[in-house]
Amino acid sequence: MAEPPSSEQIEQVITESLVTFGADPDAISRDAELVELDVDSLDLAELSQIIEEQFGVELSAVDVADIKTVGDAIDLVAERAK
Amino acid sequence: MNEVVVTGIGAVTPLGVGAAKLHERWAAGVCGIVDGEGRCDEFEPSDHFSVKEARRADRFTQFVLVASREALADAGWDGELPYPAEDVGAIIGTGIGGIGTIETNDRTLIEHGPKRVSPLAVPLMMGNAGAAAVSMRHGLKGPSYGVVSACAAGTHAIGSAMRSIQVGEATAVIAGGTEAAMTPLSRAAFVAVEALSGSGISRPFDVRRDGFVMGEGAAALVLENGQAARARGARILAVLRGYGATSDAFHITAPPASGEGAARAIKRALADAGVAPQQLVYVNAHGTSTPEGDAAETRAIKTSLGEHAQTVPISSTKSAIGHLLGAAGAVEAVATILALRARVIPPTLGLEQPDPELDLDFVPKVSRELDVGDVPLIAISNSFGFGGHNAVLCLEAT
Repeated sequence: MAEPPSSEQIEQVITESLVTFGADPDAISRDAELVELDVDSLDLAELSQIIEEQFGVELSAVDVADIKTVGDAIDLVAERAK
Repeated sequence: MNEVVVTGIGAVTPLGVGAAKLHERWAAGVCGIVDGEGRCDEFEPSDHFSVKEARRADRFTQFVLVASREALADAGWDGELPYPAEDVGAIIGTGIGGIGTIETNDRTLIEHGPKRVSPLAVPLMMGNAGAAAVSMRHGLKGPSYGVVSACAAGTHAIGSAMRSIQVGEATAVIAGGTEAAMTPLSRAAFVAVEALSGSGISRPFDVRRDGFVMGEGAAALVLENGQAARARGARILAVLRGYGATSDAFHITAPPASGEGAARAIKRALADAGVAPQQLVYVNAHGTSTPEGDAAETRAIKTSLGEHAQTVPISSTKSAIGHLLGAAGAVEAVATILALRARVIPPTLGLEQPDPELDLDFVPKVSRELDVGDVPLIAISNSFGFGGHNAVLCLEAT
C-alpha cells in the first residue's frame, strides 16, 4: 500500500468487522469498550486476520490484549500502519 | 444403583422443530425425506440465535442447542437448575462433528493459505462442541463431553449419562445426539463406501432396499436421578431401565451376517433392565435400509428375543427421516418414548415388498394402535455404528 490508511478507513473496517461478529451497530463508538460489545479473544483473533489482510499490519496476541476500546484498536492499527 | 428417569425431551428433525412433530407426523405417515435427503427445512437459525450465537456454532451444535432448550423447558426447569450446577452434566454424541466447518476452512486453506483459516475453526469443528455449548448455555458444571461412535453415538451418549447418574457422579444429565453432515465431502464419502441409497428412498426391510438416506438433526433428553426427580415433583416421561453396549470386533463398516454383536447388546440391555423378551411391547429398530444391516439386525432380534421376535411390533424411524448418524439413537429414543406414551406404533414407511428373509412384524406403511392392555409399556431402541459399535436402550414409558 503506497499511503498508510486513514483513521476513517481503519475505523470503517473495524466497525464492519465488529458488526459481523454480532456487536450491536448502535453501540459501536470510539469510546465503546470491547467487553461491553461482547467482543472476546476469538473475535480479536479474527479481527487481527482482517487487519492484516486489509492493511498489512500484523498484530500479535500481546498487542491486542491491551486493547480496551474501539478507539484503542483504531489508534493501534493507525500507529502500526505508518 | 440410582434409578434414572426421563423428564424432558426435545428434537429437531426433518419432520420439524419439536419432539411432538416427530411423533405426530411420523405416525400420520409423513415422510421428511425430500429429493433423497432428510433435511431440517423447518429449522431457521435466526429463529433461535443471535448473530454471535449463530456464528459461534456449527450447524450440528445449533441443532442440539435448540433440542436441549426444548427438553429443559419440557422438564420444567425454566431457566433455573433444580440441582446444584456441579451435579448436572451434558453428554452429547455425534458421528462426525463440525464437518461443514472443516470443509469451509479447508477451501480457505487451499485458496487463500493458512493465515486465513478462521480462529473459530477449532471451536466449531470439534466433536465435543455440542456438549460444550449445552454446558455453557445452561451453566452445567458437572461432567460434560462428546461421544463418538458413528451411528450409535446418540445411544451411547444416553447410556453413558444413565451410568453417570446411576453411580451418583451426576444428579441430572442433558444427553443426546446431533449431526449436520449433509456436506459435499461426507455425501461423496458415504457414496464411495457404498452405504448411501442409489434410489434415494429409505425403505428398511423391503426387498428393494439399497442403502441409507442421509438425514440431519438432533435430540436431547433430560435424564434425572429418579428419587431426586420425584422429590421435586417432576413429571416423569419414562424410566431408563437398561443399557447394553457391545462390539462386533469384525469389520470396520460391515456387521457379521449373524448380527451376533447386536444380539448381545440387546440381551445385555434386557438383562440390565431385568426385563424378559416377552415383556417388550415395541422394538425401535436401527433399520437403516442397507441390505446387510437390516438382515443382520433381523437375525439379531430373532436370536435375542426368541419366539417373541415373531410377534413384537418393530419399526424404523429412519424410514421417515433418513439416517441421522450420531443423532439417530437420541432421536429414536425420543420417538420410542412418544410412541409408547401415545400407544401408537408409527410405521416403517416405504416397506411395500417385504424381504421374505426378513419375516418379522415391521409395521409396514401405516401406524398401529398399541393395544396391549394394562401392562408396563417397555421397549428397546437399537443403534449400531460403523466400527462395529452396538448400543441398545431399554425404556419404560410412565
